Amino acid sequence: MRTAAIVLAAAVVLGCATGRATRPAGESPATPRSDSAQSASATPDYGPGALSLPNADPFPSTYKPFPSRPTVIRNATIFTAAGPHIEHGSVYIRDGKIVAVGATVNAPPDAIVIDGTGKYVTPGIIDVHSHLGVYAAPGVQALSDGNEATNPVTANVWAEHSVWPQDPQFPRNLAGGVTTLQVLPGSANLIGGRSVVLKVVPARTVQGMKYPGAKYGLKMACGENPKRVYANRGPSTRMGNVAGYRNAWIQAEDYRRRWDKWLADRKGEPPKRDLGLETLAEVLRGHILVHNHCYRADEMAQMIDIAHEFGYKVRAFHHGIEAYKIADLLAREGIGAAVWADWGGFKMEAMDAVRANLALVDKAGVRAMIHSDDPSGSQRLNQEAAKAMAAGRAIGIDISEDQAIKWLTINPAWALDLDKEIGSLEPGKHADLVLWSSDPFSVYSRAEKVWIDGALMYDRLDPTEQWRTDFELGFVPDNRGGSK
Amino acid sequence: MAATTRRARQRPRIARTAMAVAGAIVFSLPVTAAAQTIAITGGRVFPVSGPPIDNATVLIRDGRIVAVGANVTVPANAQRVDATGKWVTPGLIDAATQLGAVEIGAVPDTREASARGQDAVAAAFRVSDGLNPASVMITPARNEGVTSVVVVPSGNLVSGQAAFIDLVHGSAHDMVAASPVAMVGEVGNKRAANVSARGELLMRLRELLEDTRAYAQHRAAYEQGNTRSYRASRLDLDAMIPVVQGRLPLLVEADKASDIVAALDLAREFGLKIMIGGGAEAWMVADDLSRAHVPVLTGAMNNIPDAFATLGQRQENAALLQKAGVQVILIGNAGGGDEEAFNVRNIKQEAGNAVAYGLPWDAALRAVTLAPAEAFGVSDRYGSLAPGKVANVVVWSGDPFEFTTRAEHVFVHGEEHREPSRQDMLTERYKTLPPDYDRP
Repeated sequence: MRTAAIVLAAAVVLGCATGRATRPAGESPATPRSDSAQSASATPDYGPGALSLPNADPFPSTYKPFPSRPTVIRNATIFTAAGPHIEHGSVYIRDGKIVAVGATVNAPPDAIVIDGTGKYVTPGIIDVHSHLGVYAAPGVQALSDGNEATNPVTANVWAEHSVWPQDPQFPRNLAGGVTTLQVLPGSANLIGGRSVVLKVVPARTVQGMKYPGAKYGLKMACGENPKRVYANRGPSTRMGNVAGYRNAWIQAEDYRRRWDKWLADRKGEPPKRDLGLETLAEVLRGHILVHNHCYRADEMAQMIDIAHEFGYKVRAFHHGIEAYKIADLLAREGIGAAVWADWGGFKMEAMDAVRANLALVDKAGVRAMIHSDDPSGSQRLNQEAAKAMAAGRAIGIDISEDQAIKWLTINPAWALDLDKEIGSLEPGKHADLVLWSSDPFSVYSRAEKVWIDGALMYDRLDPTEQWRTDFELGFVPDNRGGSK
Repeated sequence: MAATTRRARQRPRIARTAMAVAGAIVFSLPVTAAAQTIAITGGRVFPVSGPPIDNATVLIRDGRIVAVGANVTVPANAQRVDATGKWVTPGLIDAATQLGAVEIGAVPDTREASARGQDAVAAAFRVSDGLNPASVMITPARNEGVTSVVVVPSGNLVSGQAAFIDLVHGSAHDMVAASPVAMVGEVGNKRAANVSARGELLMRLRELLEDTRAYAQHRAAYEQGNTRSYRASRLDLDAMIPVVQGRLPLLVEADKASDIVAALDLAREFGLKIMIGGGAEAWMVADDLSRAHVPVLTGAMNNIPDAFATLGQRQENAALLQKAGVQVILIGNAGGGDEEAFNVRNIKQEAGNAVAYGLPWDAALRAVTLAPAEAFGVSDRYGSLAPGKVANVVVWSGDPFEFTTRAEHVFVHGEEHREPSRQDMLTERYKTLPPDYDRP
């Protein structure tokens, strides 16, 4: 313990001295922004903002990894999320990437060495359902920016335009081992708008937190929430909800066809641009992933039919209280299930929540993942996974810790289509990882250190490595280093 | 209108201020199981009132504990439960919940925890009168080792009267072990109290306390119409009498340090016996609380400055309070959250997290057993394993706070309960797909 602390202190000093790690070539955001610019310049009559271009990226990420030093964690139990765990294993990270994972690794003498004896290493946790920044703390009306509840279809809004980077919930999430978040609009609307994928890092702007090259998501919501919110103007029923989705997709398909034709031949005036239909057209083109809030099994099945009708895919059902009732259907359709461990009972559509949900869908071959929808739960997704794992075992489904760790790492990475970059500890992947004080499936375990892209972003033992937001200064007592 | 993704932004408060209940405090006797002797043998027994005992026996007869120790003679007719290698504790107590009072949060017809009140005072409201013994939320809690809870009303400046209930089968009468065990009130929530300044809220409380005193002294004159008029109703004034007399504790919902201090001042001024519920910033005034011998009911998983009253909220709260000598009672989700009744079982997770953030393990066990029993005045019957106590006992496969541990035997009133919950039935139905009813 003592050794680790000293070594860490060295890491901090060296890290600062080294300066910013450079992003390897080819790692730059894979946004077709340059395409957009080219297209625009090919038709000088129009500025980029005049055209509804596929994959346009008007608010590009400015995130760069923080300074890092080559680091080795030795003699830890390592959950890789890519295979069986390794006892007394090592991880070597350098230049933001994982170089080696195994029983032994070859690390150069200049690497910082962290003694992981008795500790555990996992990939950074990924929460696919967060409202951090858009429902910031403190929860006052002035910071309530998560639901544009003025129209049942607001495909035109983007969650990132509501994200407050100084939300004090961000550093708390990081301290819980969360390294990547999908921030979504709320569920007041049938179609709530675009999500954004963020790195859990301090930044002055949301652009500085945006995960470079991550696809956008589209938030859709079934059931009680939209029909309750719009009870007076409609939709006020579930059948009204479904008519609302279908109307939106009919318009979106028309829009996509007109724009794709114009983009192909560039003849005449371009069609009029529409922000909301542009987002929906991108879903139809397969560039934006659908994240669908849906509790009940029967409604999920209807949403699947709607997706078939209009030719898009649902990437994952979120909340999926009744996913276990249609696990076979979800598996057949290749749709992920993002669920809670044990939230339920708070409304009619949540009545049939069972703790074995995750284990049951996992067993059926569905990409199963734990999610939070909650700034507190998000800090303890490892504990949520532990409850779900225990529930599976209690009914005879032998969920190993190696499998359960996927629920909060590689499976949510897949839901974001980022599983080639993050979510598991394998050479070449981003060095997003967490060092836990003990087995992360124990209630007593805490994230001790968290790295993002190879940079140490949080250290429970070192107050200087704990991020405080602007809001906290003066308002929130500084308790860093105050835990035992 | 709160349409949202998140089910609820602000956690409902647990408790609210209050004062008194007229009349005597009623204790009903638990239903005793059929005359029966049970011996739980060989386990590591945590009496809580004393140090753990290895390889010990807990002997239960007619719903009561009759012996606990390493050298207990087991009668020949006793039904034996082999607890070798297991941990044996008192049944856990969640000391602030709406289990049995709220079934489905979003369905108003199933919400019985908040009275309308009069001018934000509902002191005469007894939450146990609307208790639903058929709640499907009870079995999951009991199956995971929670055997008693304190059901608290919410809303208003004075919410009403809390009840200590056992999670046994039967009617509300069978379940209620003691009621009222506290009056619930508020010093920090202006909206609930229907006032627009904290000072106004305290003014309203003072008015109620002074009127109660006056009313108690001049009841005969009141009946004859010879007193000044009181703002509170006769029933509410009656209910407040035991509070102003210091006989019934006032559970004060307060998070902000300055609100907690205001509650302590009020208690001193009127001679009230109080507890603090929520207590997000209680650690900041831990010494004041300790000196005043005021217990705090708090959660262990809250660290977000989610309101201006909770800016100092932190997970070390319980540990810091305990260190300062304050009686700590751990409650689920800091007593709120709209899935709260569904997850009363997560009181174990609260306890485990409290330990992870510095509370000694023994203190955490105490905080979910004997501490709440003492604070709510039922420690003569609940919260520990000792002769004479109600036989609410749990045999665990290991450390009760760990996720992989199972409650293998749960005794309430000396009777083992192990029926499937609604959640278990659903799981069983859909464990193999398609379900039987949908098979060709």
